[in-house]
Amino acid sequence: MALVVVTALGFDFTNGFHDTGNAMATSIATGALPPRVAVALSGVLNLVGAFLSTAVAATIASGLVETHLVTPTVVFAGLVGGILWNLATWYLGIPSSSSHALIGGVIGSTIAAAGGHAVQWHGVVSKVILPAVLSPVIAGGVAALGTYLVYRIARNMSDESRGKGFRFGQIGSASMVSLAHGTNDAQKTMGVITLALIANGTLHAGSKAPAWVIVCCALAISLGTYIGGWRVIRTLGKGLTEIESPQGMAAESASAAVILLSSSFGYSLSTTHVATGSILGSGIGKRSEVRWGLAGRMATAWVFTLPSAAIVGALAFKAANGIGGTAGVSVIFVVLAAAATGFYLRSRGTSVNPNNVNNEWTGAVGHGPAGLAAGTA
Amino acid sequence: MSSSWINLDALWKIIVFGVLLGAGLPALFAIGLRVLEPGSPATVAAESPDGTAGSAAQANLAARAFAVLCFAVILAAIGWGIYEIVNQA
Repeated sequence: MALVVVTALGFDFTNGFHDTGNAMATSIATGALPPRVAVALSGVLNLVGAFLSTAVAATIASGLVETHLVTPTVVFAGLVGGILWNLATWYLGIPSSSSHALIGGVIGSTIAAAGGHAVQWHGVVSKVILPAVLSPVIAGGVAALGTYLVYRIARNMSDESRGKGFRFGQIGSASMVSLAHGTNDAQKTMGVITLALIANGTLHAGSKAPAWVIVCCALAISLGTYIGGWRVIRTLGKGLTEIESPQGMAAESASAAVILLSSSFGYSLSTTHVATGSILGSGIGKRSEVRWGLAGRMATAWVFTLPSAAIVGALAFKAANGIGGTAGVSVIFVVLAAAATGFYLRSRGTSVNPNNVNNEWTGAVGHGPAGLAAGTA
Repeated sequence: MSSSWINLDALWKIIVFGVLLGAGLPALFAIGLRVLEPGSPATVAAESPDGTAGSAAQANLAARAFAVLCFAVILAAIGWGIYEIVNQA
């Protein structure tokens, strides 16, 4: 059981550093905030956000799988699927959805454990897949309109006062996205740990997340955010389109509005999909060059996120269950730790860090100048 | 009008409010910045007719008040957003 909790917190950590870019990529790209200040601010706001609301905590798995068929091993295997997919996409610098990775992993391990009937497919399509298709389009449209309006209104302003004013607005809007991310994504892990505790019999069905779970999850996600997924930040901030501060502000306002509105209607969206849609939209709204090839590659990764994490989750369950008991879970845990270390070591070769995150986009992640490899993550 | 697959009622609300807040607030912020900008239409128009210092100062004050109003609306919207998050509980 302790391993399950540690793994869940590990997922929360990857969730944090994978998603830093959603809120802070454009602020870092435009120089509104120095890179390290940006990730620190985002980390703190994620922490605050995680404490603000705990209502969503139990909704992640209920409504998607039959909770009475879930065991701690199923949750564990699902988390393994989510973490490995997060690490793989982070290595490639692709901003993919941490939520989908988690949901995919849990669905996969549930199918492996109890069969396809244990998955509530209707809930999966209506609560996860349809919103995932619609949200980037809506956010992109809102951001395009916002960018167009902002540039029209501000077209006579001097570059200097425009830059200064909008950088300020950008910091505010990016902070809202960080806060929204904390309330959304930290909740998901709280929900998963709570689910595991219920499955283990430690908590009664229908219990709320205990205080220590809330505190641990909040700390894990904000720590992950602070470490900063520089590879993903670079793709979002520099890869998709060149961003100026008015665009950044419009994109983040659109993201914050769409995420907060949707979650108030009970849709827990992927902040990644929304942020990516918004940044693309801001490129369209300003009529600047958008690198659609890269956007297409990202969209492909999104399509594969759920099934891939599901397959890994299923395999992890089969393996852990095949070995059996605590020993099985322990073995998979060691494999996971080894894989995580492997990804980390490989990433050192093409390091992206606060010093080279804003270098000219050359078509691939991690082609910054060598020799700047200090303090990478 | 809603089906079990897609909640159209929630969808159109998200789109309408998303446009109002997500695109409207940045536009309002831009308006606020622009009226504060020296040499913006608001201040230029007031300075040109008579060139009297009084009317220019008045227009400046009006521009400032308008900008403050814009920023206040934005802050109120942010406050409302945080209130909504907290109250989801």
